[in-house]
Amino acid sequence: MTVFLVIIVLALLAVTGWQMSKIFELSKGPSADSSEIANDNDNRQQAKLMLWFMIFIYVGMAYSFWQWSKLYLPEAASEHGNEVDTLMFISIGLIMVVQVITQALLHWFAYKYQGKKGQRALFFADNDKLEFIWTIIPVITLAGLIIYGLFTWSDIMNISEDNDPIVIEIYAKQFSWQARYAGEDNTLGEANVRFIEGVNTVGINENDPYADDDKITTELHLPVGKEVLFKFRSQDVLHSAYFPHFRAQMNVVPGMVTQFAFTPDITTEEMRNSEYMVDKVKTINEIRKDNSQILMAEGESPLDSYEFDYFLLCNKICGDAHYNMQMKIIVESEEDYNDWLSEQDTFATTMESVE
Amino acid sequence: MSAIATSPAHDHHDDHGHHHKQTFITKYIFSTDHKMIAKQFLITGILMGIVGIMMSVLFRMQLAWPEESFMIFEWLLGDKWAPNGVMTPSIYLALVTIHGTIMVFFVLTAGLSGTFSNLLIPLQIGARDMASGFMNMISYWLFFLSSIIMLSSLFIESGPASAGWTIYPPLSALPQAIGGSGMGMTLWLVSMAIFIASSLIGSLNYIVTVINLRTTGMSMMRLPLTIWAFFITAVIGVVSFPVLLSAALLLIMDRSFGTSFFLSDIYIQGEVLSHQGGSPVLFEHLFWFLGHPEVYIVILPAMGIVSEVLATNSRKPIFGYRAMVASILAIAFLSTIVWGHHMFVSGMNPFLGSVFTFTTLLIAIPSAVKAFNWITTLWKGNLQMNPAMLFSIGFVSTFITGGLTGIILGDSTLDINVHDTYFVIAHFHLVMGISAIYGLLAGVYHWFPKMFGRMMNKNLGYVHFWITAVGAYGVFFPMHFIGLAGLPRRYYTNTAFPYFDDLADVNVIITIFALITAAVQVVFLWNFFSSIFFGKKATQNPWNSTTLEWTTPVEHIHGNWPGAIPSVYRWSYDYSKMNLEGTDYVIPGQDYIPQNVPLQDHEEELNH
Repeated sequence: MTVFLVIIVLALLAVTGWQMSKIFELSKGPSADSSEIANDNDNRQQAKLMLWFMIFIYVGMAYSFWQWSKLYLPEAASEHGNEVDTLMFISIGLIMVVQVITQALLHWFAYKYQGKKGQRALFFADNDKLEFIWTIIPVITLAGLIIYGLFTWSDIMNISEDNDPIVIEIYAKQFSWQARYAGEDNTLGEANVRFIEGVNTVGINENDPYADDDKITTELHLPVGKEVLFKFRSQDVLHSAYFPHFRAQMNVVPGMVTQFAFTPDITTEEMRNSEYMVDKVKTINEIRKDNSQILMAEGESPLDSYEFDYFLLCNKICGDAHYNMQMKIIVESEEDYNDWLSEQDTFATTMESVE
Repeated sequence: MSAIATSPAHDHHDDHGHHHKQTFITKYIFSTDHKMIAKQFLITGILMGIVGIMMSVLFRMQLAWPEESFMIFEWLLGDKWAPNGVMTPSIYLALVTIHGTIMVFFVLTAGLSGTFSNLLIPLQIGARDMASGFMNMISYWLFFLSSIIMLSSLFIESGPASAGWTIYPPLSALPQAIGGSGMGMTLWLVSMAIFIASSLIGSLNYIVTVINLRTTGMSMMRLPLTIWAFFITAVIGVVSFPVLLSAALLLIMDRSFGTSFFLSDIYIQGEVLSHQGGSPVLFEHLFWFLGHPEVYIVILPAMGIVSEVLATNSRKPIFGYRAMVASILAIAFLSTIVWGHHMFVSGMNPFLGSVFTFTTLLIAIPSAVKAFNWITTLWKGNLQMNPAMLFSIGFVSTFITGGLTGIILGDSTLDINVHDTYFVIAHFHLVMGISAIYGLLAGVYHWFPKMFGRMMNKNLGYVHFWITAVGAYGVFFPMHFIGLAGLPRRYYTNTAFPYFDDLADVNVIITIFALITAAVQVVFLWNFFSSIFFGKKATQNPWNSTTLEWTTPVEHIHGNWPGAIPSVYRWSYDYSKMNLEGTDYVIPGQDYIPQNVPLQDHEEELNH
């Protein structure tokens, strides 16, 4: 399909070149004026190119949507995510309508009203009615979007602790993530970078009884259908915890604790088996196979084949290895989740094992 | 002196016979003439633009062909930053950072506003010069000094600033966190502090000049929209740049004097720092209190230039002059209360997010009014397709395309998932990067005859426009889609995530368009510099324009007009105005009436 795009671009460039050469020819004629001010010939040529450019924009937009819409993230894997996507699609639809209409008017007028000697422009300086109409239409549309958006926003961001969400701390440092589960009491032990020492790498207060059952892991496991409240903490610079598949993101700020809550509702297994993901992984593995062949020809080791997993990535510039700061996320049944969690060491055992 | 003159028509410049002799230094270097200072700003801006665009070409190549070896990397970046021609992550981040800084501040603030405010304010309002020529000169030289310091930071051992152009602490405050936060960051901050001083001195001068030095009859509602735009831009600059200066000063103190304005609870390289109680979020507030108005500082002058060029070349008055002025004022006011939309997920209170969503989406209203008014200006015109006109039409196109996605980013709910992705890059490059550059280029093509007394080659202008227009969309439209796929910005390579492997070919397409677009700018540079010396001699009013700058002689003289300053009798958009009987133009056979022409017989007096 890239070939198709390249052909279109080349064709349009060719048309441009052809029109250009005509301009040059015309400007070299015996009657050529050298004023460097557009004459009727220029106006005609350039107006035509405006029309071609309009076609380029529309073909380009159509191609982009047709070819790259599938790059949009898969179905949201969290409960609030579907609301975000609905609002996103409404907004994209709306702006594309405005885009298609206004670009057409702009370029069509540029073509239609090309300058000619003797043609008179219309002295049209004001029209209160028209201006009122195109002030009020955006007002109404935007009011709708604002209201919809704000309701969704407060739904997502106002965290109620009534549902007793699972509390997990996401701990960021250059260039890795860790998760701290609050344990049976569902309360995180006190923590501060000043407690960091030896194996106590995330700075937990050993004397806080709430800390004993905390569990620190390098993989994030989440039970499906249960609300999770994330508390974010950074030990060095700003990071941003971005969970693209869950439509969730929050900056991680040294010196303060930020939070975000969501309920994952599609397990890793279900997502892997979704039609979208099967297709995507297949495409990716084909690409990787091709790349591997090139690598092997150069005597390097081939790439591993890819299997989908959710991930958390850093989305705020944090240093040289910012591009590779990630953590695997696994969404599973509550049973599997509990099994996995029970295998993890508590903070107390970790500390004892050292002493 | 002239700042306090209440009646500019009778100021002391009228006796013009005895011109004092100028040396090379007073004429070309330490000049206090606004026309020369404008050219100094323009050429410095263009040189900085070459550096900024070259940087983007380098990191686009890395993004399309990650970790591949290129001779040009080794040649330009050297062995340390590109061993065996492979770009390192540190220099990648440095290039991204300095590209942003140079383009936003040095090209689109100083290069655009500095050039055209200086050139056009005195000429279009009918003044001999700026209120203070000396301050104007200081403004340019401070800008020059800050450019030199910024460029010098490219050559130091620990590398230039590389914490992103937004320089969020703690990353920008701690040399332990990233190499560029050492000497490079110090130079960045010093350079920006000087830049802010330059910008403030310039802005105050523009404001005073517009308020005090308008010629007889030039009421505020007769000003060309260019002047309105420059005037309000200067006001926004004066309101918001000092806040950036305070942020920079506090950051300097955190870095060098052990204070804790932005730093708290930090453990890095095996030790806990003593900083306690500061907040990086405070820095974000201070930064964006300038940072957001800054994008309007960039785009408003372009809007003014485009309004002027569209009207002139459509041979029609700008549609809805009052609405255009009102929307400039509305945008300026709203621009200072929307900064929080850069911080929806910064950890600030979600209620604040709601407020900022509301104010942000309000800005779409005056912006929409402007876009519709420009389109209506073309309607039933007699369009003269000069290169400046093409760039102005291109401006409206990219401004709409880029502006519309602002509706998505300004909505806090939607911002959660596209924040800091390539969707943002696509949005702001189209709406303020490309659009503002089109405004700048439209201004250069349109006022080149005024600046240099010669014409630029129009055919080269056409080639330049069309390839740039196709290329700019080719670069930035596909970026929306990889952004919606969740691809973060400022990643040195995306290969660490196999999930993004299928976006690689889009990145190649983008880079190819970027290379073509950057290459065609050479056509512009050739056209610009060769036309200064060899261009066809310009006539006094090549575009048949109504504004006062075209009543001055082609050869520049100190004081602008050889005789008395012209008086103004009408607004600046009397294009194709018909006489009372509707048989011919007001001035028979001439489709424009310059502002200094008194009301004619058979002419209806309109109240715009």
